[in-house]
Amino acid sequence: MSLDVNIHKRVNSAGRSFELDVHFRTDARRTVIYGPSGAGKSLMLQAIAGLLRPDSGRIAFDGEALFDSDAAVDQPARARGFGYLFQDYALFPLLNVRQNIGFGLQRGWFNPGRHAAQEAVDRWLHAFELTEVAALRPHELSGGQCQRTALARALVNEPRALLLDEPFSALDPELRGRMRDELQALLDRIDIPMLMITHDPDDLSRFGEARLMLRDGRIVEPPRSAAAVANL
Amino acid sequence: MDSSAWIALALSLKVAGCATALNLVLGVGTGWLLARKRFPGRELLDAALTLPMVLPPTVLGYYLLVVIGKRGWLGAWLYETFGMQLIFTWQGAVIAATLVAFPLVLKAARAAFEGVDPQLERAARVLGLGEWAVFLRVTLPMAWNGILAGVLLAFARALGEFGATLMVAGSIPGKTQTLSIAVYEAVQAGQDSTANTLVLITSITCIAVLLSSGRLSQARSAKVMR
Repeated sequence: MSLDVNIHKRVNSAGRSFELDVHFRTDARRTVIYGPSGAGKSLMLQAIAGLLRPDSGRIAFDGEALFDSDAAVDQPARARGFGYLFQDYALFPLLNVRQNIGFGLQRGWFNPGRHAAQEAVDRWLHAFELTEVAALRPHELSGGQCQRTALARALVNEPRALLLDEPFSALDPELRGRMRDELQALLDRIDIPMLMITHDPDDLSRFGEARLMLRDGRIVEPPRSAAAVANL
Repeated sequence: MDSSAWIALALSLKVAGCATALNLVLGVGTGWLLARKRFPGRELLDAALTLPMVLPPTVLGYYLLVVIGKRGWLGAWLYETFGMQLIFTWQGAVIAATLVAFPLVLKAARAAFEGVDPQLERAARVLGLGEWAVFLRVTLPMAWNGILAGVLLAFARALGEFGATLMVAGSIPGKTQTLSIAVYEAVQAGQDSTANTLVLITSITCIAVLLSSGRLSQARSAKVMR
């Protein structure tokens, strides 16, 4: 994949002003952007996904402009074709696991039925060992099951790339290690380009073919190794 | 028993039902707007739309007469253009009841929409949904419990509406004389037995509304937990 990001965005909230001024390009299959909390990582990822409109700049994926303030291009999130794993997973609480995963497959004004038969959903349920819990709602699931459901929901649409927002921060340390292994195995298997943002140095060393660092809304010189990151 | 009592009950239910249906659409639309959109004067608009909750119904009735009365700016136009007159009609009573009960739906809807995590809406957008689908499939189902509570209160409020309705629609038996107005008229005329019947019917109707609303929200929460 090639991802070109040159954006500027000023955000005002609670009397505080934050400036996001991000410029980078990556051609790696797996890119990890590391940064402390409050550096603007989530805002940047939202801008790439089309959930936050930059004030100016350009975002291009494989040469196709997703956003370009000069050319008045601004593809809506639904047209950008990314899979997005939210930090807190953002599973729909009123829908069961099966409905959550099949959510994006069904267009129109109605949610898929509780027992909707969707072949792709069955495949992902099976692949992520969620068949047993297909009829349960998110609040009845374990942390690992929640994450697998959210991943399956993002992948079932066959996105062109996966955007991961702090994928392991909601998990307890023990589970975190296991889910890291799981995600790595998955990425190796389906070979999908991904962009991850994290504040955890372990994620950086584990997943980053290309490593960038975001600080105070700007991309700065990336650290060379995980050890160097830990000393930041 | 007096058949006019049943006519008044039927009229009350018709007026309150129409007012509630109107408020469902208006209150949900405005509540969503106030909860999700940032625009200058947002809180002022909220305050203005909440006024009917605190103003005396007679004052509201007066305002309505100024607007939709025969010589009111909207009323005169309606009369000249369509030959339509709202004063002293059951439709006029619907407008009065709608206005009085509106803040109850608005407040409930705004609070319910503000309680829906915007992250869920973002997730739905990334998954390929348009804005209408996001609203109908994510936002509205999440907010529905809170909205429903407001809608039931609004129905009860509309059913008991007296002041504004009397000023706008008057008290024409069989046409605009709702239950609450009929009670007043019966007492004024010294018709104690009629008043007794009307009060009894009103009380039973309100208990029925409360019971069914309780069952409705129970069934709803059971469904959520299932």
